[in-house]
Amino acid sequence: MTLELFLLLAAGLFAIGLYGALSQQSIVMLMMGLELMLNGVIVAAAAFWYFVAPGGTDGQVLVVVVITAMAVEMAVGFAVVTALYRARQVDMTDDAADLKG
Amino acid sequence: MEIVLFWVLAVAAVVFGFLVFRLNSMAQVTFALLASFLAVAGLVLLLGLGYLGAVIVLMMVIEMVVMAIFMIMYMMNPAGLMPMAMYHNKAGSMAISVGTFVVLAAGILLVDWPGRRGTPPPDPTVALGEALMGGQMLTMMTLGVVLFATIVATVVLATDRGRYDRLGDDLRARRADDPAGGGVGR
Amino acid sequence: MGELPWWSVLLLPVLLGAATWAVLAGDAVLRARAAGGPGGAALVAPAREVARLLAGQRRTTVAADRVLGGTGAALLPVAALLAAAVLPMGERPVADLSAGVVWFNAMEVLAWAAVWMVGWGSNSALGLVGGYRFVAQGLAYELPHMFAITTAALGAESLRLTAIVDAQRDLWFVVVMPVAFAVYLLSAAAMAFWGPFDAPVARDVAGGAAAELSGVDRLAFVGGRWLLLVVAAAMAVPLFLGGGAGPLLPAWGWAVVKTAAVLALLVWLRHRFPTVRMDRYVELAWVVLIPLTIVQALVVALIVLGGA
Repeated sequence: MTLELFLLLAAGLFAIGLYGALSQQSIVMLMMGLELMLNGVIVAAAAFWYFVAPGGTDGQVLVVVVITAMAVEMAVGFAVVTALYRARQVDMTDDAADLKG
Repeated sequence: MEIVLFWVLAVAAVVFGFLVFRLNSMAQVTFALLASFLAVAGLVLLLGLGYLGAVIVLMMVIEMVVMAIFMIMYMMNPAGLMPMAMYHNKAGSMAISVGTFVVLAAGILLVDWPGRRGTPPPDPTVALGEALMGGQMLTMMTLGVVLFATIVATVVLATDRGRYDRLGDDLRARRADDPAGGGVGR
Repeated sequence: MGELPWWSVLLLPVLLGAATWAVLAGDAVLRARAAGGPGGAALVAPAREVARLLAGQRRTTVAADRVLGGTGAALLPVAALLAAAVLPMGERPVADLSAGVVWFNAMEVLAWAAVWMVGWGSNSALGLVGGYRFVAQGLAYELPHMFAITTAALGAESLRLTAIVDAQRDLWFVVVMPVAFAVYLLSAAAMAFWGPFDAPVARDVAGGAAAELSGVDRLAFVGGRWLLLVVAAAMAVPLFLGGGAGPLLPAWGWAVVKTAAVLALLVWLRHRFPTVRMDRYVELAWVVLIPLTIVQALVVALIVLGGA
């Protein structure tokens, strides 16, 4: 239960989430990948709080900010998917590539 | 005991996280993600952050149940009754993610992390509350405003009927023209 | 204050099971009386029902999602028991967590996942309707509920349940924050989809989320629902009704008496009011109850800051 083990776990979750975010065609599944990445960040922030600076509160505040970011990302992501579906009847990332250069 | 718990929770988090992209049924995928989150919440509890662990459980359960509803709404294969794979660029994204993990792991193992400074306070929750209301008040205000902006943005993006559809062109209709009326009748 | 010894973890299901049995018997007697017959014979109705369900066959439907359905049915009683881990039985709970109120909230929210999974698991349209109705109900009751229990924690300036009981030594919180208590009672009924809030398992959807359950699954689901109702009613006692305080009886005696009073009120509520439709209740909860609970929290915060 050392700092390195927790950080390796965080890196593993981040990598799995990144794989999902890059490879999924459906926007909702892509958001699941993003959630896994933020999961990894939560583990890393809590581990840093405990192993490096438990006397302060910076690690805890970082965890609070990341949890809020997860909630915000999910809410706005679903709203965007709904708006996209209403406009075009699709929910795939490949069909929302208007800005592609 | 703590070490056993750490390994069980860590392996559970990674396995369920991987299952998210392996299972066929979308409903099972959502609850596999929830299991991964609950394992992470258990790890946060193990590190002594009781309030944050309970908050993670609370928020993630509600979020995943709402996400399950959206998965069933938008995904083609909600029950996994036909096996299908919806990936693009599988090899490239696998390469990128494995590469990222290797780089991060190299950094983690090679960096000389600083030693522990101080001990955990007797009540980390009180310390967090005092920090958020004191030195980190800017963070608190930013989070509050961001959440409010999220509520407004989400409603604006997701609704397709505005005030004028509900209350007429001059906003003077007595009762709102809703398909499913509410209890208060506004 | 401290916690109960470790073997109380085993005692907790037994005590809660006994309380659940008593409420079931009371509800069965009320129902028999309303149907016009004598009430006495209905006292053994729980035993008959449990025996019938234990001996019954477990049906499965076509293409059922047995992983999710089984997990959901088993999760409901487990969530209720975990939520009761912070319940002070008289004076001391099994686990006196420093964030006890948040833990209780987190465990009872697991019921959302459980009921949705059960509704989904049987691959039946009416089951799914029941599951979705419960999620809508959850979104409606959850925010006023959170504000109500936060107001109780605010009054005691602590999230620990024993500290909340201690802060009510002079004056019960139900006197200081009556709106929060009323909202909590409504949300206790809603979280166990009881009484006027039983749309998820109502007769107009042929049993809703529990439509296709049979045998042990049904026993776990229905038993879990009653257990959650008992735990939610019992939690009203340390949060608003002063815990085990009272003149003659020991602390656990008063806790039992007060829990029985709250449960009697909830059972009467079910027999008195018809099922509320969720689309009406959602608007009421968000437009009326949330501002009311926020104002209640503001009032209590001003009292606490004023030094009472």
